[in-house]
Amino acid sequence: MNPLELAQQLRAKFPGLIADPVEFRSEITLKVADAERMPEICAFAKKELGFDYLVDITSVDNYGDDPRFLIVYHLYGYGHLCHLRLKTDVSEEKGDLPTVTAVWRTADWHEREIYDMMGLRFRGHPDLRRILMWEGYPHFPLRKDFPLAGKPTDVPEVAFTDAAPLAGGPFVTIAGGKDTISREPRVRIPDTDALETNARLERRHDIKEAHGHSHGPGPIEPKH
Amino acid sequence: MAEARNIHEIVAADGSRRTFPQPQKSVPTAVGNYDPLSPPSDGLEGEKMVLNVGPSHPATHGVLRIVLELDGEIITRARPEVGYLHRGDEKIAENFTYTQFIPYTDRLDYLAPLANNVAYALAVEKLLGIDRQLPPRCQFIRVVCCELARISSHLLGVGCYAMDVGAMTVFLHTFTEREKIYNLCESLTGARFTTAYTRIGGLSRDLPPGWTEQCRKFLNEVVVNIDETETFLTRNRIFVDRTQGVGVIPKDVAIDYGLTGPNLRGSGVEHDLRKAHPYLVYDQLKFDVPVGAAGDCYDRYLVRMEEMRQSVRIVHQCLDQLPGGPINVPDGKIVLPPKDRVLTRMEELIHHFINVTQGVNAPPGEIYFGHENPKGELGFYINSKGGGTPHRLKIRSPSFVNLSILSWLLPGHMLSDVVAVLGSFDFVMGECDR
Repeated sequence: MNPLELAQQLRAKFPGLIADPVEFRSEITLKVADAERMPEICAFAKKELGFDYLVDITSVDNYGDDPRFLIVYHLYGYGHLCHLRLKTDVSEEKGDLPTVTAVWRTADWHEREIYDMMGLRFRGHPDLRRILMWEGYPHFPLRKDFPLAGKPTDVPEVAFTDAAPLAGGPFVTIAGGKDTISREPRVRIPDTDALETNARLERRHDIKEAHGHSHGPGPIEPKH
Repeated sequence: MAEARNIHEIVAADGSRRTFPQPQKSVPTAVGNYDPLSPPSDGLEGEKMVLNVGPSHPATHGVLRIVLELDGEIITRARPEVGYLHRGDEKIAENFTYTQFIPYTDRLDYLAPLANNVAYALAVEKLLGIDRQLPPRCQFIRVVCCELARISSHLLGVGCYAMDVGAMTVFLHTFTEREKIYNLCESLTGARFTTAYTRIGGLSRDLPPGWTEQCRKFLNEVVVNIDETETFLTRNRIFVDRTQGVGVIPKDVAIDYGLTGPNLRGSGVEHDLRKAHPYLVYDQLKFDVPVGAAGDCYDRYLVRMEEMRQSVRIVHQCLDQLPGGPINVPDGKIVLPPKDRVLTRMEELIHHFINVTQGVNAPPGEIYFGHENPKGELGFYINSKGGGTPHRLKIRSPSFVNLSILSWLLPGHMLSDVVAVLGSFDFVMGECDR
């Protein structure tokens, strides 16, 4: 039994729903067209195909794309020692998908983490609360439009945060700028990070203006 | 010959006897029959009370908080709260180059930083497609690092566990050996705690002269220490009473909750990523995977003890077979070129510059790499859109997943068993909260 055979069995069971298997670095990935069918597919994978261990569920924010979010399930079977990755899309407007906690109980905390970090809701989850951030925190920090420095937040008598002093970091050069200041900006502005670099560099002036109204620290002008 | 006497009997002055009332053993038999998916009980009835354990409590090994609902001394409901050590490592990773993130991996499972370094480096190398092209010397040294980290982590796990259930000596005893591992780390990496030893495609430096001899000396000492630790605990009546039959996790529940590492093997699942999906040179090394039978706290303890012995065995083999040669992949686009060549040659200078400022140019794609860390399966899921920084880096940390079973496991136990169960899980909040 190898992952490709298992993937083909899964596809045969749900015709038209699962795209061709993609292989990269000897890992098999299947894209599921409809997030609503995930519990059904997962239950079949667990009961019939022996994927008894859910390694992980995670989410990816493809900011600027539509649908915006990608949910990634890593499945594993102790019987056949095969990995399988399932992926499905969730759009920003919809923002929810059914839970798989009824299939694997370990999905509970993984789904809570996705809700906490990306703001996607899992319908039918028994206890969908924040897990790493505190109850009442208003933002979803792993979204691409959330700044690295954080946003000032005040939840009275619970906790508070301020934007972090980044001391100029992070120092990752973005290729293609016309000068050092463009290539290594002192402050990276998350709204624009996901956009194309060159277009971003041309709009530097506009960004600076927009940034003045946001909560983050203002760009640090280079000293002459 | 004296008559055999019941020690619970009281003999009065007139010769009459009566039996002293026996204390009822109050460990409940129904363990783990609680369903966390059931709706929360509305309000507390009768005698129930809520007890807050942690987040700052010695038995919670960091900043775990558990809200317990108690009926007398019996736990009826447990709600673990994590996140007090959340630092946003995954967000940071998205804004750093792959190499820049290596020091952050030290801070995941901070009791085994070397193993985290290796796990992360292997994940990025898998993305780059060079994980099978690492020089043999690099692979052997990485295995040594992983196993030293495992010994270090288990020594602490066992020592703290013994202290949690009341045996102070063991902690001091195992910490003496851990100190030697820190000395080895210091001479190997330059740091005792925050090692940041690996690089993408290799290691930050080769073994210093005389290191293998020091390491062998340590291995010979640690096996003695492990045996002595066992004499403290394994047949210690108090320790056995506090751990046997407590925190029983059946095989199927362990799998359902995604437990990994010694916690999974303690429940009798024979699964070790070093055997099931050998990376580095684990397929060339001889070692056994210990498994438990009962799935209780005692079995998890025994598995850790045996894993340390197996790790010693692995390190011995690695030091015996340690090949010479380079420690880095011979590719200037991945590993920083030697400094003398950077300063004298154009191509190396360019590689150095690009590597430092933009990072390794990874192909677009996504990979998951699971590494057998001391605490369980430490996995990295990297989603790359190309370039020097990951688009998304998810850390699948074993402690996070292992702790999620607590709401199922704790109800039905006595309050005093909480420390016994928590200690047997050997979790680290740095890794849980990321």
